[in-house]
Amino acid sequence: MRGLLLIPLLAITWAMPAGAEGDVELGPVTHAATRKECGACHMAFQPGLLPAASWRQIMSGLARHFGEDASLEPAKAADIEQYLVGHAGQGDGAVLRITEQRWFLREHRHIATTIWARPDIKTRSNCAACHPAAERGVFEDD
Amino acid sequence: MRPGLLLLLGLLVLSQGARAAAQDPRRDGILADYAAAARADDPAFAGFSAERGRAIYLGPHQANADFPACATCHTDDPRRTGQHAKTGRPIEPMAVSANPARFTDAAAVEKRFGRDCRSILGRVCTARDKGDVLTFLISQ
Repeated sequence: MRGLLLIPLLAITWAMPAGAEGDVELGPVTHAATRKECGACHMAFQPGLLPAASWRQIMSGLARHFGEDASLEPAKAADIEQYLVGHAGQGDGAVLRITEQRWFLREHRHIATTIWARPDIKTRSNCAACHPAAERGVFEDD
Repeated sequence: MRPGLLLLLGLLVLSQGARAAAQDPRRDGILADYAAAARADDPAFAGFSAERGRAIYLGPHQANADFPACATCHTDDPRRTGQHAKTGRPIEPMAVSANPARFTDAAAVEKRFGRDCRSILGRVCTARDKGDVLTFLISQ
């Protein structure tokens, strides 16, 4: 019986990027090339926001990166992939968008469509619009 | 010496200084390399054109509805700070007058042209295209 109760509990924990309910602290991106290359076009997302399989797929398809060419020279791409995969989090490895991971949808389930549509947010991946310390890896609940 | 003349001389010295600050031998080298490649592509190549560069920059092009032109993210005025059309990330100005560090790293210039030409034009840019766009952005 105790074991049976543990399964859903574990499932919840695994689905969270840092294993914590509510406030999430992933820390900043510590890899300089990742900060520079990924951060040129969007916030350099913390590796813990996606599972390893998602990062591998993203890094193998940079020439068509969500509708844009984000190609890197192979050595640099491999270096960044190693960092992302080595520090990856949990989630659905078949889902490439952070904003479509189950934990993300659950954490943001009370955010109204009218809020997402605010021009200063622009896109769901613009973490810092609502989490001012997102670049430092702090995603407080508010 | 009359004060008016002194002021004029001072302004002249200042404007020369500002012009010198925008010049950079690395940028000249990048343009020279593109010019050599453009001549190799077409022996009739007769120099870069800021007007052709402006046309590429402003588009609109047909390859990608999300990114129809360079100006989509970099704004119609390359002296202004841009914003990535999808992510909202700010982008420093492209015009050399507003951002003197632009086009001083050949590898970075090649990387950006490689990506952005495929994203916006749906093809690789020729050496003449790249030199035209650089000439336009240097002239702004």
